[in-house]
This record gives sequence, C-alpha cells and structure tokens, in this order.
Amino acid sequence: MLRRFWRKAWAIVSVNHALMNEYRAEIVLWALSGLLPLVLMGVWMNVSRGGQFGMQPVDFARYFFAVFVIGQFTTVWVVWEFEGDVVEGRLSPLLLQPIDPVVRYLGMHVGERITRVVFIVLFCAVFFGLYPGAVWWPGWANLGTAMIVVALAFAMRFAMQYTVALVGFWTERASAIESLTFLCFMFLAGRIAPLAVYPEGLRRVLWWTPFPYIVDFPVTILLGHEADPWPKAAVMLGWLAFFILLNRITWRRGLRHYSAMGA
Amino acid sequence: MIAARDLAKSYRTAAKEPGFYGTLRHFFHRRYRSIDAVKGISFSIEPGEIVGFLGPNGAGKTTALKMLTGLIHPTAGSVQVAGHTPFSREHAFLRRITLVMGQKQQLIWDLPVLDSLRINAAVYDIEPAEAKNRVEELSRMLGLKEQLTQPVRKLSLGERMKAELMASLLHRPEVLFLDEPTLGLDVNAQAAVRKFLLEYNALYGATILLTSHYMADIVALCKRVMMIHEGRLIYDGSLDAVLERFAPYREVKLELKQEARAEDLRSFGEVESVDGREARLIVRRDDLTQTLERLLGTLEIVDLTVSDPPIERVIGKIFHDGASAVPKTELAATPT
Repeated sequence: MLRRFWRKAWAIVSVNHALMNEYRAEIVLWALSGLLPLVLMGVWMNVSRGGQFGMQPVDFARYFFAVFVIGQFTTVWVVWEFEGDVVEGRLSPLLLQPIDPVVRYLGMHVGERITRVVFIVLFCAVFFGLYPGAVWWPGWANLGTAMIVVALAFAMRFAMQYTVALVGFWTERASAIESLTFLCFMFLAGRIAPLAVYPEGLRRVLWWTPFPYIVDFPVTILLGHEADPWPKAAVMLGWLAFFILLNRITWRRGLRHYSAMGA
Repeated sequence: MIAARDLAKSYRTAAKEPGFYGTLRHFFHRRYRSIDAVKGISFSIEPGEIVGFLGPNGAGKTTALKMLTGLIHPTAGSVQVAGHTPFSREHAFLRRITLVMGQKQQLIWDLPVLDSLRINAAVYDIEPAEAKNRVEELSRMLGLKEQLTQPVRKLSLGERMKAELMASLLHRPEVLFLDEPTLGLDVNAQAAVRKFLLEYNALYGATILLTSHYMADIVALCKRVMMIHEGRLIYDGSLDAVLERFAPYREVKLELKQEARAEDLRSFGEVESVDGREARLIVRRDDLTQTLERLLGTLEIVDLTVSDPPIERVIGKIFHDGASAVPKTELAATPT
C-alpha cells in the first residue's frame, strides 16, 4: 500500500519536474515576477532610516528578502490550472482515473518547486554578494522549524486556493475571486509591510485570520525572531484542517453540480 | 456488460441574445432553457460486442457516453456497466473502463508519450515490469516506436491518436467508450486505428461502444449499430438489417445499346442519373423482379447491375428524416 503510494507520488512528481524543466525559462520569469518584496525592501529601508518603526534598515532588508524566498516556496497557481481544466474540458478525463485530481495538481506544484530551487539558490548568492551586510544565519533549529512551517504554509495556501478554484464548478472565472484573496495576502499577510509595524489592535485581529501564518510567521522564524513557534504552528494545523474540510465539501457538491449540468 | 434502462438526461443552459442589449438583459435577468439531451433510452450490450453508436451532431451520443462512464448523472433511468453504477465512480469501476474523446485528453503536451504512460502506469498500480511489457505490446500493435520518446506536440494527428489510445488502454480496460476515435485522421491512420481496435477486441474480449461519423469505421468494426436521434433510440440492430429496414429499394445500373432519355426510363423507377448510354435507377425492392423483366423486355441492354445503395446515403437519410424514417409500428417494437 505504502509502496504503491510512493510509486504514484514519485511518478507524478518526477514527470511534473520534467515538465517544469521544459518551462524553466518561464519559471525564472514567474520567480522574478515575485520581486515586489525587494522593491518594498528599498522603500522601507529608506523610510526606516529615522528609526521610527523600531527596525533598522538591515532588518527590513532581511525581512523582505525572507518574504521573497518564502514566497517562492508558497506560490500556488492551482486556481488557474483547475479553471483551465474545467473550461477546456480536461477535467473529465482526470475524473475517469482512479485517483483524485488533487494529487496531480499537488504533483505539479512540487515538481515546479524542485525546478525553482536552483533559481532561488542562485538568487540568494547574488543578493548576499551585493549586500553582505544583510547576511544572517538563523541557526539550525530555526531553519528546521522554518522548513516545517513553510511546508505548512504552502499546504494552507494550496488548500485555500484550491477551495476557491472549486467555485469553478459553478462559475467559469473562479480566478476573479482569487484576485480578491490576493489583495488580502498583500495587505494582511505581511507582504507589504512587516506585521510588527502595524498598530497593536490590528495585529491582534490579523492573527485571527489565516493570512499572517503564510507570510509573516514563517519569515519571523527564518529570521530567528519567533521564540515559541509551536502554538502558532498548531493554529496553522487547525486552519489547514478547516480548509481541507471545506475543500472536500465543496468538491463533493461541485462534482454533483458538474455532473448534473452536463460535464 | 452494459445495461441501460430508460436513461434520460435534461439540463439547463443559459440563453443569451446577441449584442449589447442582450448582454445587459443577460446580466440582470438571466434566462435559462431546458435541454432534453437524452430521452429515455434502453439497451444492453454483451461482453465482447463492438457496437456503433450513430446519430447526427447534437443527437445525444456524447451525453449518453458520459452517463455510461459516470461523468454525468442521469436525470432518470438506471445504468449498469461491468456490474457497477457508473456515477458512483468507484475505483474498481474506473479501472475497468476507458473513455477516449479527442486527441488532447490524457497526454502531456510538452513531454514524450512515455512520460504520460509512466504516470498512467503508476495511477493504475501497474508494476513497472508489467507496464513495460504492455507498452511494448501496444506500441507493436499500433506501430509506434521512436515516436514514444518524442514530445506529444511534435507528433502527427494520427500518431497522437494512437498515443492517446495507448494511454487509455494501458490498464487493459474491459469496456471501451470511444467518441470519434478516427476524427481528422488520414485514410491510412483510420485503417490502422480500426485494425488495432479489432485486434484489441479479439485479444482481450473487450466490449466497445464507439461513435463515428465515418461509416467506414462502423462497417469495419460493428456488426450492431444503435441510432439515436433527438435523444431517442430509433434503431438498435444489425448493420445489415439497416439496409433492409431503412432502404427498401435497390440501385439498378444500366448500360444501354443506344443513348436514352430520362423520360423513357421514368416508368421503371426513380431516375437518378442519365449519362449517354449509362443510367442509374432507384427501384423499390418489392418491385425489383418485375421491373427487371420489363427493362430486359423493353430496352436493349448491354449490361445491368443491381446493388444496395451506399450505407452512408441510407444513414444520412435516416438522420435527415429522423424518427419519421422509422415506421411507427417498428419504432414501438425496436429492441431497446
């Protein structure tokens, strides 16, 4: 049973890795399209020279660089993939195979991530070469914790976006809804500014939403600033369970609607 | 192997008028219309049978195939395929069937065919050694070899269809639903696909239900055909009997000693063409013997041939006339 699972997982991931290697030029461009944090880094470093935010320019440099790196690992595009499959009729053959289509979508993301790693390593080398003052070492424990939390953040982000994608069973453009959630990620997750500079009241509210767990939280661990990450990691697990449950309910209802309307 | 009873499917679709006003109206006051795609069809197919599913565009063939594979829920009626209710989509059922619709379904466009086959082998839990054997067998049967290592996008239409068939049959399904498997292929590729399907059917005793607009596919593969028109099954029986039932006439080709005029031939039957000394007549089957006697007694004939009208023409006429092509008594008695 386990052997079969791994064989399936390996076949799907390795073939998708081969596919993503075909698109390596595009992947570099996609990765570069996530450079916004580095633009914001410049802005915040300038603004923070007065020291009024309780953070030094180098702290902002490290923060936004970490946002960029973590963004590379948590980027998800399943909503566009699924929408295309529904609109162009590619979902039907997937439904006729004895495996949930989500496994294929996950395989695509993991395969792409492996291709992207080379680019990320190169980019890190260039960045630290140009700005050696920003080099930091989070320590093995923080690095290990960050890796776990980034994996959780990716799973959460994937489950959230895949649930939005499933709205595609009812409407042809689920990606329009995703654009709204993207706005939340921009302003509420810590992408546009560290949550540390937000007013205390707002910060407290934001931690009740899933957004900061996908950007701000992994970043602060990677920077070595989070002293006790496990309670928040447990909250992430709770959110993940919630989105998986919501996803499965939506999947079942959507499938019923899809098969009722003529697939 | 397949049993459908009173299978019906209706669905709602949005109706929108063209133009700006139509768009506004559609936005604020969306109107829907109900489409009865399949209207209570019943039939059964035995294991190992190859059955042609014929009908004009929009007749309900694809909707019926989708119900049989479990992609869509029937609005009414019941269906069993290989002992399973298709729309439950149990894995045990999905392992026993396949549906081929078009040529860009299973294969990964930018990778070699072998990569798609690798995923399918894993998905269907086929051991690597066994998968290798099956790929070799299918590639031999389909005449694909070096093409398997080429990206799918570089393959010709025919090669792609063959590769699609390979991907669909790697798990050796017992029931094959094929929707236009030779669409757009050249004559040689069509013949190769037909030969392969016959070989696969003989080798594994697979049950095949296929739709095709090419009568050559139907004639080569199917002893039995089902015809669907506007969602109703209007014929279910042998292909040979189609001519008996729907074409109660024969084509008589004449070569005369002297040139003839159409007016001279009208008393013998419907004059299809007159070209110098050659003429073609359509004669009712019941009157054939009597007409031939009259022809031979009246005209100086060099050569005379009697043949069935081409099957394409007969089927085309049935589709054109729809249910009215079938006598009401026969429609009621059609073995559904």
